[in-house]
Amino acid sequence: MATFVQAVRMALHYGEEHLGVTDVFGEDVGPPLGGVFTATQGLKTAWNSPLDERGIVGTAMGIAYAGGKPVCEIQFCDYGFNTIDLLKVAGNQYWSGRGAFPMSMVVMTPSGSGIRGSLYHSHSFESWASRLAGWKIVMPSNALDAYGLMLSAIKDPNPVLYLMPKALLRVRGDQPLPGEPADEQQLKDMIDAPVGDRSRWKPRWPELQPHFIKIGEASLARAGDAATVVSYGRLLPICVQAADAIREETGRACDVIDLRSIFPYDWKMIRASIEKTGRVLFVNEDTEVTNFAEHLLRRTIDDLFYDLTVRPRLLQAKHVPGIGLNHVYEQNTVPQLREVLIALRELVDEPA
Amino acid sequence: MPESSTETTLLPSLETGDESLPGELCQHIHRVMVRSRRMEERMIKMAKSGEGYFWIGGPGEEAFNTCLGLQIKKGRGPNFDFLHLHYRNEATLVAMGMPVLDGIRQMAMRATDPHSMGRNFPGHFSVADWNIVPVSSVIENQFAIAPGTAMVQKRVSSDAITIVVGGDAGSAEGDFASCLVWSSRPANPLPVLIIVMNNGWGISTCSAGQHGERHVSDRAGPFGIPAEVVDGNDPVASWHAIRRGMHHCRTKRTPYFVEAGVSRLNGHSSSSGAARVTNEPDCIELLERRLRRAGIMDAEEIERVHEEARAEADAALEQSLLEPLPVVADIERYTYHPSPVDAVYPGDYTGLPR
Repeated sequence: MATFVQAVRMALHYGEEHLGVTDVFGEDVGPPLGGVFTATQGLKTAWNSPLDERGIVGTAMGIAYAGGKPVCEIQFCDYGFNTIDLLKVAGNQYWSGRGAFPMSMVVMTPSGSGIRGSLYHSHSFESWASRLAGWKIVMPSNALDAYGLMLSAIKDPNPVLYLMPKALLRVRGDQPLPGEPADEQQLKDMIDAPVGDRSRWKPRWPELQPHFIKIGEASLARAGDAATVVSYGRLLPICVQAADAIREETGRACDVIDLRSIFPYDWKMIRASIEKTGRVLFVNEDTEVTNFAEHLLRRTIDDLFYDLTVRPRLLQAKHVPGIGLNHVYEQNTVPQLREVLIALRELVDEPA
Repeated sequence: MPESSTETTLLPSLETGDESLPGELCQHIHRVMVRSRRMEERMIKMAKSGEGYFWIGGPGEEAFNTCLGLQIKKGRGPNFDFLHLHYRNEATLVAMGMPVLDGIRQMAMRATDPHSMGRNFPGHFSVADWNIVPVSSVIENQFAIAPGTAMVQKRVSSDAITIVVGGDAGSAEGDFASCLVWSSRPANPLPVLIIVMNNGWGISTCSAGQHGERHVSDRAGPFGIPAEVVDGNDPVASWHAIRRGMHHCRTKRTPYFVEAGVSRLNGHSSSSGAARVTNEPDCIELLERRLRRAGIMDAEEIERVHEEARAEADAALEQSLLEPLPVVADIERYTYHPSPVDAVYPGDYTGLPR
C-alpha cells in the first residue's frame, strides 16, 4: 500500500494530468529534493521558490487570478503564520469582488507534532485556519483519504488549505489507491526518487484513477453506541486504537468519526452520532484556548444539550508557547494514547 | 487614445524636455483628470454629509494615474494587462472607462456598486473584465501577488504585462521586497511594471524620517531591474515613463520600475479630515497653466470641462441615492463559488453546517 506522502504525490500527478494543475511550488518543492517530505518528487510542474512564504501564497493567488491552478506548499505550517493576512485576502476575494474573482488554489502544509520537531516544526494550524472565512480546510488521516481529498481540493474552485499530519506521512494505508500497483516495492521503484544523483531520474507513474472524497464529508472509522469520538489527522488513529482497546476490555463499542474536513465540517454525522450515544469526546492536538473543537463543543451544547447523558469532553494540547524538544515536553503537551484512553474510559463509564 | 500620442495634430503639443504629447491627447488627459477629481470631491462631501462613511483616494495622483489608465492593454485573462492597484487609482479607472457613477455607487455603498456590492471602501475597485483584481486596504500585499499573474502571462504568446502600484510608505513592507525578488528571479524573470507613487507620507508620518534611501527606486538596482524617477505631476513626463516601462515589460518580458513623485492634496483619508492642503502642487492647475500657455485650451474651455465634470458627479450622486442598498440576504452571498466536490456547500455559503 502507498504511504500517505506517496498518496499526496500521486494525487498531485493526477491533478497535473487530469485536473489542470499548472504549478506545484514552494521551498525545495522542485528537483532535486521534491519536498522535504518528498510529496512533490518527480512532478512535471514542480518548481523551487525563494524562501518567502508570503511570496509563495501571493504568487499562488496571482496564478489563480490569471486562470492557472496552483498548488503551493508552506514547508511547515509553523512558517505560515506570517501569511495570515494574505490567506485572509485570498478567502475574501470572491466575496469582496461580488463573485467575480473565484480563487481556485490549494495551499498544502505539514501540521502538528510527533516528529520531535521542537518549537517550530510542531505547531498545529487548523484552529487558526478555521477562522479564515472563504477557505475550506481539510486534514486527512490515511493514504486513501489523502489522495481523495487532494483531488477534491484541486477540483474545488475555492481556496483550500490541505493540512498534512506530518507524523503520519510515512504511514502506509490499509486500502489501495485506485490504480496503485499491489506491490509496495514496485510502487517505490516507480515513483520514489533514488538517493544520490537524481539528475536523470524520471518517475514512472501508475495509471491512477479518480477518487474524489467530498469536502465536508466525514467518515466513520469505528461504529458503536457507547460514545462518540470526533477527531482527525494525527490523533485519529490513536482514537481508533483507544476505542478498539475499550471494546476489547469492556465489549462496548464507540463511534469514531474521522472528521477529515475542518471546514466545512460534517455536522450531520456528528449530530446523528451524539443523538445516538449521548456521549461525546472531541480530540485534537491543537492548543486549548479557542481550539477549533471548542466551536464543535459549543454547537453540541446549543443543538444537542438535551440529547447528552453526561457532560461532553474535549481533549487538546496545553496552552504553552511551543512544544519543547525533549520528549517529556512533547508527550505531556499533546494528548497521547494514554490520555485518550483515560478520557474515553471516563466518558463511557460515567453514570448517566 | 494612446496611439494618438504619435499622430500629427492641428493643436500644438505639450513638451517636457525633449518629450512631447499631442494637444488632443493632452485635452483628453485633462478631461479625465478633472472628472476623476470632481468625482472624489463629491465623495469627500459624501463622507462629511453622511451619504457615505469613509473616503480615501487619489487627488494629486491624477496626472500619472490617467496616463497609466490610457495605456493599459485592457481586457480579461492572461492575454491582457493585469492591474494590482492601490486605493488612490481613481483616475486610472476613469481613464480606462469606468463611469463616474460606478465610483459614486461604491462610495454610497449601494447594492449596485459593481466593484464590491457596497462591501468595500471607495477606491477599492475590482473589475474582472479589465483584470483589475480587488484592491485591498492592507497596503502592499498586492506586491506579493503580482508576480503570479505575470508568471501566467509570460507563458502565453502575448505582450500582456502585470502592473502593480503602491505608495512610498508601503515599500517598507516585506511584500515590496518579495516583488523585487520574485520578479527578477534568474530562473524566471517576469514582465512586472512596478510603480511606486511617492507622496512623501505614510498617513501622518513624513517619509524623510523613516526612509534613508535617496529614492525608493534605488532598491531596484541590486536586482538588475531598470528604474527611473519621474515627476508624477507632469503628464508629459509620466506618459513617457509609463510608455518606456510598458515597452520594456512587453518586449523583454522582464520587470521595470517607475517611481513617480506626486502630491497628496486631501490628506490620507477622511479620517484625517480630507481637507485640501495648499502647500503641495496641484497637477490639474499645473496642466491647465501649460495648456493655456501652449494655446491648447483657453480658460473658457477649461471651465466648461470643470462644469461638465461637476454636473456628472452631482448626477451620479443623485442616481446612486435612488438605487437599492444591500439587504440582509446579501451578507453571505459570494462566500463560496459553487463546487461539485463539496458536500456541505455545493452552492454558496448558507451559514454554519447543518
